[in-house]
Amino acid sequence: MTTPPTLVNGQLESRAAIALERPEAPRARRSHNNWEERPLLIERFGKTALLTLVVLAVLFPMWSVVVTSLASRTTINQVGGMVVIPRELDLSAYVTMFYGGQVSRALWTSVLITVGGTALSLALTVLAAYGLSRPGSLGQRFLLIYFLLTFLIYPSLVPSYLVVTGLGLKDSLWALIIPGALSVFNLMLVRTFFMGIPSELIDSARMDGASEWRILWSIVLPLSKAVVAVVGLFYAVGYWNAYFNAVLYIDDNDLWPIQRVLQSFILAGQSPHVAGTPINLPGLTAYPPTLAIKMAVVVVTVLPALLVYPFVQRHFTRGVLLGAIKG
Amino acid sequence: MAVPSSPPAALSPGGRSYPSQWRARLRRDWPLLAMTAPAALLLLVFHYVPTPGNLIAFQDYNPFLGDSALDAFLQSEWVGLANFETLFSDPSFWEALRNTLAITLFQLVFFFPLPIVLALLLHGVASPRWRAFIQNVIYLPHFFSWVLVITFFVQMLGGAGLLAQELRQHGMQPWNLITNPSTFIVLVTAEAVWKDVGWGSIVFLAALSAIDPSLYEAAAVDGAGRWRRLWHITLPGLRPVIVLLGILRLGDALSVGFEQYLLQRDAVGQQAAEVLDTFVYYHALLPQQWGVGAAAGLFKSVVGLVLILGANRLAHRLGEAGIYQTGRT
Repeated sequence: MTTPPTLVNGQLESRAAIALERPEAPRARRSHNNWEERPLLIERFGKTALLTLVVLAVLFPMWSVVVTSLASRTTINQVGGMVVIPRELDLSAYVTMFYGGQVSRALWTSVLITVGGTALSLALTVLAAYGLSRPGSLGQRFLLIYFLLTFLIYPSLVPSYLVVTGLGLKDSLWALIIPGALSVFNLMLVRTFFMGIPSELIDSARMDGASEWRILWSIVLPLSKAVVAVVGLFYAVGYWNAYFNAVLYIDDNDLWPIQRVLQSFILAGQSPHVAGTPINLPGLTAYPPTLAIKMAVVVVTVLPALLVYPFVQRHFTRGVLLGAIKG
Repeated sequence: MAVPSSPPAALSPGGRSYPSQWRARLRRDWPLLAMTAPAALLLLVFHYVPTPGNLIAFQDYNPFLGDSALDAFLQSEWVGLANFETLFSDPSFWEALRNTLAITLFQLVFFFPLPIVLALLLHGVASPRWRAFIQNVIYLPHFFSWVLVITFFVQMLGGAGLLAQELRQHGMQPWNLITNPSTFIVLVTAEAVWKDVGWGSIVFLAALSAIDPSLYEAAAVDGAGRWRRLWHITLPGLRPVIVLLGILRLGDALSVGFEQYLLQRDAVGQQAAEVLDTFVYYHALLPQQWGVGAAAGLFKSVVGLVLILGANRLAHRLGEAGIYQTGRT
C-alpha cells in the first residue's frame, strides 16, 4: 500500500488472476519420472480400467435413458423395458410431450423460475458483494457479521414455512424464487474475488470521478466474468433442480415445476398427463409407449444442465476452491 | 489456506484517507450501503424474522390467534419444555435420529474417502486430454437434481429397471435394490457417491497439485518406495483439507440431505428412510404440530452447533487450522 504498484502492474496482476482460471495448459507428461519406479503393467492397466468404469457408471444410465426415449413400442416390448442398443429414432415421445399438457407447462414454469430467479439472485449477490468489498467502508464490519451469522444461527423448517406462507406466497411461483434468492456462500465467493482486484484500478477510477455504480459495472464486473459465471451456474442449477420448495409451497399442479412433475411420473408412478390428442403426423406413433414418454421427460430435465455445462466447466476448479477456502 | 498476511488496508499509514466523521463517511459510502441493502433486507425477512420463530418450540403455537404470524406468535401460550417432552417420548423421533446417525457414520466410512482415492487416481493420469475428459464426465452428476439421480437409479436397479429386466431374461430372480429397507443405507450412499464423488475430488486434486514434486523426488532418492511416499508426503499434504471437510461433515451430522430421503421414503418405508428432516416434515409440518416441529429443528441446530465447535477444537488439538481462520474479514 505504501508504494502503490503502477497501473500497468495492476493490470498485469489481474490478467494473471484470470489466467489462473483457464485449465492448465496441456503438457505432455511422461508416464513416470526417471527417479520413479517403472510402473507395473498391471498397475497401469488397473488404474485405467477403474477410471473407465467410473466414467461408464456415469454415462451408461444417461445413454440408456436417451435411447429408450427414442425407441418405438416394438423395441421396448421386445427388450422388456429399458433399451440399451439403439435401433431407430422415434421422436413420437418428444412430440407428444411437447404437444401440450402438464410437461410442457412445467417446463415453461421451470424456465421462467430459473431465468428470472438467476437474474434476481445474481443482481442481489453482485451488488452486495461489491458493497461489502471496499475496505473500511461505513458499517462494513457490522454488515459482514450480519451476513456471516446466518451460517451459525438459522431458522428451522417450521418458522421458515410459517413466514413464507404468512406472506401469502403459498401457491405462488414467488415462493420458489424469493425465499432462497440469496446464498450467503455465493455472496462471499464473489466478494472474495472482488477484493482480489487491485485497489489501484478502483481508486484511480474514483479519482477520475466515476461513481461506485460505474466502477462496479465498467471495471469490476468485466474482470469478474469467471466468478459470476460460476455463481450464476450454481444459482441456475439450484432453481432448475428445486423440488422440495415446490412440495412445500405449491399445491396447485398447474404451477408445478418440472422436477415435481418428474417425481410424480416416475417415482410416484402416475401416468404422464400429456395432451390427449392423438398425433396425426406421418411417421409418428399416435400413442407412444409410456416408458418412452417418461424417459423423454428425464432427458429434457437433464438437458439444460448439459447445455450450460461446457461453457462454465473450465471455471470450476477455481470457483470451488475459493468456496472451499472461504467456506 | 491462502490467507494473505498483509495488514488490513485501513490500518496501513497510506490507507488512512478515510475521514473519521460519520457524516462524511456516510456521504461517501452511501452507494455501497444502497447496494448491500436489498440483500440485507431479503435476509432480514427470510432469515432474521423466522429465526426467533425457533422459539415456538416453547409455545403452544396457534396460527389462528391474531391476524398475522407475528401476532399469533406474540399471543400463543408459552408451555416451557412440553413440546420437547412430546418429541422425546415419540419413538419415531428416536428412530429418525438413529437412522440419521447411522447414515452419517456409514457415509463417513464409505463415502468420505472415495473422492480422495479418485483424486489420487486422476492425479496419476498422464494424458491431459483423457484426464480432462474424465473430469468433465464425473463432475456432471453434481448438477442433477435428486429427483433425477433417483430416477436413474430406479430405471437401472429398480424392480422394472434394466438390471432386473436382464436378470429375468436370463432366468434369474430379479433383485430389487430400490425397495429393500435392509440395504437402503447402501443404496443412498451409492446415490450420493454417484452424484458427488467427482465433485468432491476437485478440492483434493487441487491440494495434490500444490504438493512440491521435488519432495517426491528427494524421498525416492532416499529410498522411499511409492507407498511410503504416499504415506509420508501425499497424505500429510492432504491433511488440512481432509480435516476441514471432516469438521464440516461432522457439524452436519444431523442433516444427511432432505430430498433424497423424502423421495424414497414411500418406496422403502419409514423405518429405514425416516431421517430427522423428513421426521419434521411428516410428523410436524403436515399434521401442523408447529411446536413439536420447531422443537425438533431447534434440537437439530443446537446439536449441530455443539458438534461443529467440538470438531473444530479437536482439529486445533491436532494442530490444524480448522474453520475459524478462514473467516478473515
